[in-house]
Amino acid sequence: MSNLETFRKETRTWLEANCPPEMRRPAQSEDDTCWGGRRWKFQSDAQRLWLERMAAKGWTVPEWPTEYGGGGLSRDETKILRQEMRALGCRSPLDSFGIWMLGPALLKYGSEEQKREHLPKIARGEIRWCQGYSEPGAGSDLASLQTRAEDKGDQFLVNGSKIWTSYADKADWIFCLVRTDPSAPKHNGISFLLFDMESPGVSTAPITLISGSSPFCQTFFDDVLVPKANLVGKLNHGWDIAKYLLTHERDMIGGMGNTSDSRSLGHIATESVGTENGVLADTVLRGQIAAYEIDAAGFKLTMERVGDLAKSGQAHPAISSLLKYYGTELNKRRLELVMSAGGSDALEWEGERSRDGYTARAWLRSKANSIEGGTSEVQLNIIAKRILGLPGA
Amino acid sequence: MALVLTDEQTMLRDSTRGFLAKNAPIAHFRQLRDTRDPVGFSRPLWKNFVEMGLAGILIAPEHGGTGLGCVEAGVVLEELGRTLTPSPFLSTAVLAAAAVSRAGNDEQKKKYLPQIATGDLIATLAVDEAAKHRPERIALAAKRSGKDFKLKGAKTFVLDGHVADVVIVAARTSGAPGDASGLTLFIVDAKSKGLTVERTPMVDTHNSARLNFHDVSAGADAVLGEVDAGWSALEAVLNVGRACVAAELAGLSDEVFNRTVTYLKERKQFGKAIGEFQALQHRAAHLYCELEVTRSVVLKALQMLDESPAAATQIVSMAKARAGRSATLAVQEGVQMHGGIGMTDEFDIGLFMKRARVGQELFGDSNFHADRLAKIHKY
Repeated sequence: MSNLETFRKETRTWLEANCPPEMRRPAQSEDDTCWGGRRWKFQSDAQRLWLERMAAKGWTVPEWPTEYGGGGLSRDETKILRQEMRALGCRSPLDSFGIWMLGPALLKYGSEEQKREHLPKIARGEIRWCQGYSEPGAGSDLASLQTRAEDKGDQFLVNGSKIWTSYADKADWIFCLVRTDPSAPKHNGISFLLFDMESPGVSTAPITLISGSSPFCQTFFDDVLVPKANLVGKLNHGWDIAKYLLTHERDMIGGMGNTSDSRSLGHIATESVGTENGVLADTVLRGQIAAYEIDAAGFKLTMERVGDLAKSGQAHPAISSLLKYYGTELNKRRLELVMSAGGSDALEWEGERSRDGYTARAWLRSKANSIEGGTSEVQLNIIAKRILGLPGA
Repeated sequence: MALVLTDEQTMLRDSTRGFLAKNAPIAHFRQLRDTRDPVGFSRPLWKNFVEMGLAGILIAPEHGGTGLGCVEAGVVLEELGRTLTPSPFLSTAVLAAAAVSRAGNDEQKKKYLPQIATGDLIATLAVDEAAKHRPERIALAAKRSGKDFKLKGAKTFVLDGHVADVVIVAARTSGAPGDASGLTLFIVDAKSKGLTVERTPMVDTHNSARLNFHDVSAGADAVLGEVDAGWSALEAVLNVGRACVAAELAGLSDEVFNRTVTYLKERKQFGKAIGEFQALQHRAAHLYCELEVTRSVVLKALQMLDESPAAATQIVSMAKARAGRSATLAVQEGVQMHGGIGMTDEFDIGLFMKRARVGQELFGDSNFHADRLAKIHKY
């Protein structure tokens, strides 16, 4: 038996023994997702147990080195772990921006001290992070951000505000882009800072979205003091880190549509629209669903192929823009079709039958996918310039 | 299996590409077209293909082939798509070779496969009877007459039909049009009495013909596979053809795209390269994404046909549907972004548009395959 086959067998046995049955059912609502953090209230003992057991193995972050709380697994072993988790229906033990975004950036750019301080706490779900990137005046033109960090000896003095900070009101720490050299060209005066959200001078205000929920906040910094040890990478070289982190954010958002509702669109539509002559009664919708399913399968295979290309070093570094663009547009298309299939049922906003408007809210939420983490238009710009080599701007 | 070509497959791609660039660029296609070549492809070039082992690519070594798979056949077709090279590769080396290999008995394999591999036999598959591909509606009748069968009816859109030595005909031996059961495959000599052939020049100047069967005799030894049970063999062969055409369309699209991006960088208007305009940049970037996604599905379909052909129907339909749609987008964007010059016959870009339209129709267009997928998923 090869090493990988042995690993698969042992992994399966371990998961069967250690994943609580409650954690093998599909997540029904956002509360079923464990985000961790100082203020996290576990929804059940099973949720807590599952996180603890996985964290003890380092499997909340299987590919990270063991000295930083990871599992030290190879890419192939990680793939097997995910396959086995899927096969058993195991939920993710921990979702977090620390895992998806900050962790990879720290592994690449952080000091040894920063890695030892922050990575294990991310891996165990002890500290929940938020991302301080966009500002009211700096959206797609992120590099024009104005939040300032002034040199005050051992500390920086931070003033300004951030917007669309996801879950800032629930987060413990923030990774934040700040301007440290206002006189330099805009990309060259930015630094990457980490600080505690409980620092004096930090405040947050949730923003209610069209979906009715408030996952995003505006975050204000009023004379916030940040130790200089919390600067990641070199002073004024934060833009490289920011871009590196964005590629991870794009992969995350681009892949989001794949994890949701397991029922096929055809099935959802057949239930609500009905059939005539053995096919979906709305034949135009039927064609749209089939076209969507083909594209969705194609996208999934493309993610797989990009992974395979990355293994042999053949993937283009800007390919995450393709995944982000295509994945989010696809997810929006899917939810438009879900709404179309659901008809007036899908419009219900309150009450048990609709799980408080689950479908309608998911539809509205999906519209942010092609805006957050760089708009579709920004991704197309990146593809045009970096992959196709088209001239200009 | 990883969704990338192996080293050997990459070598095959590079050698085929190099060979075609040197020996059969678009000028070669133009020459055949402009001289109204009676054969429609170059026999010496086909001899070269034979020498490179390509004619026997799907044929087992015991029958004189190289015994490679659908991925390799797809690799070759992708390259043929880039140069628009007219070739009996699809009709003979893919469709006929796959049909005889899959459905034929030992005697038939011994008789036909070595001749295909050596380039001595041009063979094709005759399925369609109406303007749209609907194989279950086959009506061409094969009626028993003593030990033999008499074939009566007509076929259309038969690739290389006017130069084929033998034709594999999907005929109805029982049931009614619309039934999947009751179909039988026959392998018929093209010179058979009662078989008349009309070459039908198409928009892309690749070979196609109508075949009329006036009580053409076919002996029991002409039956490929089981009488009345030809559907699954036919579908299996069509699936190979569909995935291979999808690969050709992917290659064609890639070529069109590369030419178009090059043009965007060269062509100047308003004092700058038109590729500086965001209106065009975004369309080019979107097209790039569509073609990359298609490439993933096509490769997966070809791999599945080699690994577990019985389970490949769904992915093949996805590949053909996507390849048809993204090729249509590629050629339309290609012509539009080339502007006026894209409309001229002198410039190559329009030639790709013509071939893409034919490839879209071959063995089921995007709508056919989307419908098939919906049926598989029961909605």
